Amino acid sequence: MNRIDALIVAVATTLLAACSTPMPSGAELDKLTQDILARSFRAEGQAKLERISPDEDNRLCAESDQTGVALDAKVAQAIEARNMATIQPPKDGKFLGDWKQGEAIAQSGAGKTWTDKEGSVNGGNCYNCHQISQEELSYGTLGPSLYNYGKLRGVANPNSVESKPIVEYTWGKLHNARAYNACSNMPRFGHKGILTEVQIQHVMALLLDPASPVNK
Amino acid sequence: MSCLNSQATAMMCPRGMTARIQIALTVTLFAWAGAAMAQKSSADSIAEYRTMLQDGNPADLFEAKGEDLWKQKRGPKNASLEQCDLGKGPGVVKGAWVELPRYFADTGRVQDMESRLLTCMQTLQGFNAEALAKTPFGKDEQNNVTAIATWISAESKGMTFNLSQSHVEERKMYEVGKRLFYLRGGSHDFACATCHAQDDKRIRLQDLPNLTKQPGAANGFGAWPAYRVSNGQMWGMQLRLNDCYRQQRFPYPLFGSEATIALGVYMGVNGKGGDATAPAIKR
Repeated sequence: MNRIDALIVAVATTLLAACSTPMPSGAELDKLTQDILARSFRAEGQAKLERISPDEDNRLCAESDQTGVALDAKVAQAIEARNMATIQPPKDGKFLGDWKQGEAIAQSGAGKTWTDKEGSVNGGNCYNCHQISQEELSYGTLGPSLYNYGKLRGVANPNSVESKPIVEYTWGKLHNARAYNACSNMPRFGHKGILTEVQIQHVMALLLDPASPVNK
Repeated sequence: MSCLNSQATAMMCPRGMTARIQIALTVTLFAWAGAAMAQKSSADSIAEYRTMLQDGNPADLFEAKGEDLWKQKRGPKNASLEQCDLGKGPGVVKGAWVELPRYFADTGRVQDMESRLLTCMQTLQGFNAEALAKTPFGKDEQNNVTAIATWISAESKGMTFNLSQSHVEERKMYEVGKRLFYLRGGSHDFACATCHAQDDKRIRLQDLPNLTKQPGAANGFGAWPAYRVSNGQMWGMQLRLNDCYRQQRFPYPLFGSEATIALGVYMGVNGKGGDATAPAIKR
């Protein structure tokens, strides 16, 4: 066989292989994705490999995001119910801390990356996605504006009976946002151990304390 | 950006490029001052700042270094990369980048620019591709890979993205890339899609390209390699994705891993018809 013949055979074989290999099914592609995921990462610092084994809530939401098919209402309710069950009220019964410390937590995007020291203080990343106080102009737009959060909801006294539902809802939302919106993009700050209970109390004050710049 | 604080640039200073560096530095300082004085919206100021920097993009220095490295005889085999096949035949550089990642019959896999360069550095020059992939960013041969990638991308500047989806492996990688793009994980449940699947959003003041379609896909994918003013470093797409995953609180993606290549296919195919602007300059 001369060189040209050999080349033709090689090209034909390649083309045949390419054309005759069928595209895998969706389920096979899901499996391939998991295999590739397992081969493509290594643990670094506190970012261990277990972080890429999604929990069932994330798997369902990612599939819905990717296919553009909304979750079945019952599935969404089940996600919300199991996340709701994780929410713990404050151990000391206090929902609000210090808004000044809350502002510092909202400003900070630190924590949980492989370059962060394990056990270092985490931030809330709040300004990355939300407008909060009017003074901070460098805010993101992925989430809704939280400026005047408490004021708009009529919270004049966070300790009052009238304010109780909104105070408890806000606590729950910060603790585990997926309890209220199955596929929310907001991190589950309490449930996933990103913020401590005390830090959540401070962020609560930033949003709900009438003295906070958010409500001015 | 100066000879004093940039290791990569300092390496090049003895090669008679100080004049270009000075020009770049002057333009950089002028732009900083201009941005500080402007009484405009921050997005306008940032856009203006980038335009002014474009005239003196330090990426030019990496581009020149990359071209030298491509032609230089190096490695255990003392050979150049001039016979490297980036997909359009041995030695064809122009237009190669806007078609990557693509399937390569000789390796039997889909490769992006940086992983393909490792293949060429191994087969032509005798380097150990596995060792190169394990070298940390910003160290030793990794700097050379970035410089060569910068030059290769620059050779396609102004061309439009046209990734192939004719091979089944290319179509499979697109589908895997799409699934990875939406995969939620890490401590914060973030996916690429959390920030990059909507139009006209920003994180703090930084605009976020929608990488699921045009024009965002080409605007985002097509800008890297890029020079980052904030840290004075030249970043290839592999490092760009690595830092995205770091901020997503994921574990560490391996250099040239299938996951990073699949994401490249996903973004590149979504960017079809869009302009290649790399090497760009970023904040």
